[in-house]
Amino acid sequence: MMSPAHYLFLSLALFIIGCIGVITRRNVIIVLMSIELILNAVNINLVLFSRIFGDAAGQVFALFIIADAAAEAAIGLGIIIAFFRNRETVMADEMDLLKW
Amino acid sequence: MLDSILFYFFAGVAVLSAALMVTRRNAIHSAVFLITTLLATAGIFLQLRAEFLFIAQIILYVGGIMVLFIFVMMLVRLDVALHHIRFRLQRFVALIVALTLGGYISVILFWARKLPGQGLFIQGAAPAERLSPNSEQLAKSLFSSYLLPFEIASVLLLVAMVGAVVMAKNKKGANEP
Amino acid sequence: MNPTLHAILIFLQTWWVELVSGVVIVAVVPLVAGYLVLMERKLMADMQARLGPMRVGPHGLLQPIADAFKLLIKEDIIPADADKLIFWLAPVISMVAALTAMGAIAFGPAFQVARDINVGILFVVGVSSLGFLGIILGGWASNSHYSIIGAIRSTAQLVSYETAGGLAIVSALLLSGTLSIRGIVDAQQKSGAWFIFLAPVAFFTYLVASIAETNRAPFDLPEAESELVAGYMTEYSGFRWALYFLGEYANMIVVGSVATTLFLGGWLRPFPNVHWLNWIEYLPAFFIAIVGVYCIYRAGKQPVAIQVAFMWAVALACFAIAAVLAAPWILHVLHKFGVAAPLNLDFTVPGLNGAFWFLLKVSVYIYVFMWLRFTLPRYRFDQLMHLGWYILIPLAIVNVLAVGVALLLESALGWNRWLAMVVTTIITMAFALFLVHLHDKRTAAASSAAAVTTDSYAG
Repeated sequence: MMSPAHYLFLSLALFIIGCIGVITRRNVIIVLMSIELILNAVNINLVLFSRIFGDAAGQVFALFIIADAAAEAAIGLGIIIAFFRNRETVMADEMDLLKW
Repeated sequence: MLDSILFYFFAGVAVLSAALMVTRRNAIHSAVFLITTLLATAGIFLQLRAEFLFIAQIILYVGGIMVLFIFVMMLVRLDVALHHIRFRLQRFVALIVALTLGGYISVILFWARKLPGQGLFIQGAAPAERLSPNSEQLAKSLFSSYLLPFEIASVLLLVAMVGAVVMAKNKKGANEP
Repeated sequence: MNPTLHAILIFLQTWWVELVSGVVIVAVVPLVAGYLVLMERKLMADMQARLGPMRVGPHGLLQPIADAFKLLIKEDIIPADADKLIFWLAPVISMVAALTAMGAIAFGPAFQVARDINVGILFVVGVSSLGFLGIILGGWASNSHYSIIGAIRSTAQLVSYETAGGLAIVSALLLSGTLSIRGIVDAQQKSGAWFIFLAPVAFFTYLVASIAETNRAPFDLPEAESELVAGYMTEYSGFRWALYFLGEYANMIVVGSVATTLFLGGWLRPFPNVHWLNWIEYLPAFFIAIVGVYCIYRAGKQPVAIQVAFMWAVALACFAIAAVLAAPWILHVLHKFGVAAPLNLDFTVPGLNGAFWFLLKVSVYIYVFMWLRFTLPRYRFDQLMHLGWYILIPLAIVNVLAVGVALLLESALGWNRWLAMVVTTIITMAFALFLVHLHDKRTAAASSAAAVTTDSYAG
């Protein structure tokens, strides 16, 4: 195992790339994928500290995050499909029905 | 030595494919690059001796969530040419966020090294034997200390399944083949 | 010495077995998959009272080589608007997933590429499920209607039956208590019986699920020629198609290996714990030697000289394999006569014999696959999905409950393990009959409703 700094920087890099993806992209599906990337970055952090302290709690937490990400992806994609059926678009700037 | 080669390989692949993922025009290409990122992350888990998480990541994330994403992308096929208009302002905001977040946390990580006795760079990690055999350890924790979150997670997955079916169901009642 | 060179040498010294095994798997498994195709064609011919490929090589044995050569020199056609990156990537994913899954399978107690992973079985199942990505990406990248519909149907079918198969695996894992492959086979040795005898419903569920997972008949609608041309493989030609096809047969080997490890005792001989049946250990070498003798007998009856030579070559190969399998006993006998040095008998005997039993069981499992292909008609897609979701998944869930209850009865109430298993198996089979009865009632209602309303002579 390398020193923790390496893994922390990797996790930080993935987190920042995920944030850039969420802010910059128009396609809502790609925004969802960037959110998955952010969750993965957090997972790396959790597993790293679980290894450092020898406690299984970090890995359990990471497992719950994976399960939660699955649920959230399913619901998010369901919403996108329902929206696409009505408005024929998945671009974030065209989803402006509630604007005044 | 082998450890560092593996780490740099997996970390490089993860960061490179993540960067490629957020910049592709074609959504399916983004999905493929996210798959490589997830596989590289699974490699990092394996390197950190978390074997069960490694395989759980592959089965759940790559084999489940990404297949779901690709299915939905096939359903909402849009022309690539629509992607011509890009937001200039969003990029500027993203740059600021990236610099702020990255700078802030990097500064913390570097400063912590200078504090005596409180460094985040703990040299000696706990021996790997404390976490192995990995599946049995994880199962013991999961079914004794974390039983309530486990049950709540199962209810959450049930709710998500029902919700996804209700949302995506064709209201006219015709079932897809 | 240069430290980098030193480090590389140490790396090679530690890991050379795994590296060589990896190369062997990548080189040998496609060849074996090709010969599985030949075996299927010969079996199909046999069940249809004909001879199958006989022209290329003696008895058609060089047919896979000829097919591979033809596919290699074929023109590589890419559809006009296909997505080139993904078109190239999809068959690669399919093949790599199947080959990587083979890496964790233990062919014998001494033959496993990845030194026993803690999560062995889960690794094999999980990585082989990465092959679905190859199917769906290939179907999408082909930019053709048949491909996309075939890919969606195939993936829907695979995902449905993977749940049932996974639950069947969980039943067997409850009995073994560990995920590592060596641990599972050791548990079967300790309990004295293969898990197929302790949990037959789980084996049956896994058999059906694995047939659906490898897109074999009777669940091969996604690639049936009369339905969707070739499904997701329509636009692939030449070696890309060969990669898909070989990936499918390699997947069959993987699925057979998982079933063998979990249910059929892995590398254990039949009746592994019964001591007075120890003579079964000598049977493999004996039978292969008998096959060699039969080849020599047939060699005298061949009309053409090259066929005689071929039969003699096969006979010599059989004798060589039998000698290798029986080497420890031969050396033991020679040692008793004072001719050879004493040999550690435990190393080779479980190793090679175990590998033989393992391959025999995988071959029997694949033979059952092929047998079912030539016997049963194809399922329609909605029938297939109904079978998966309405019958197989409830059955698998109830089976997990049943095995759990049986283990609880054994540990808490002190029942005999076999009695508990038999009781719960009977209850599960009753539930299965109930599910089938519901299904029959539903199809009878549907067909009677259709029969009432449709008028055959209308229009």
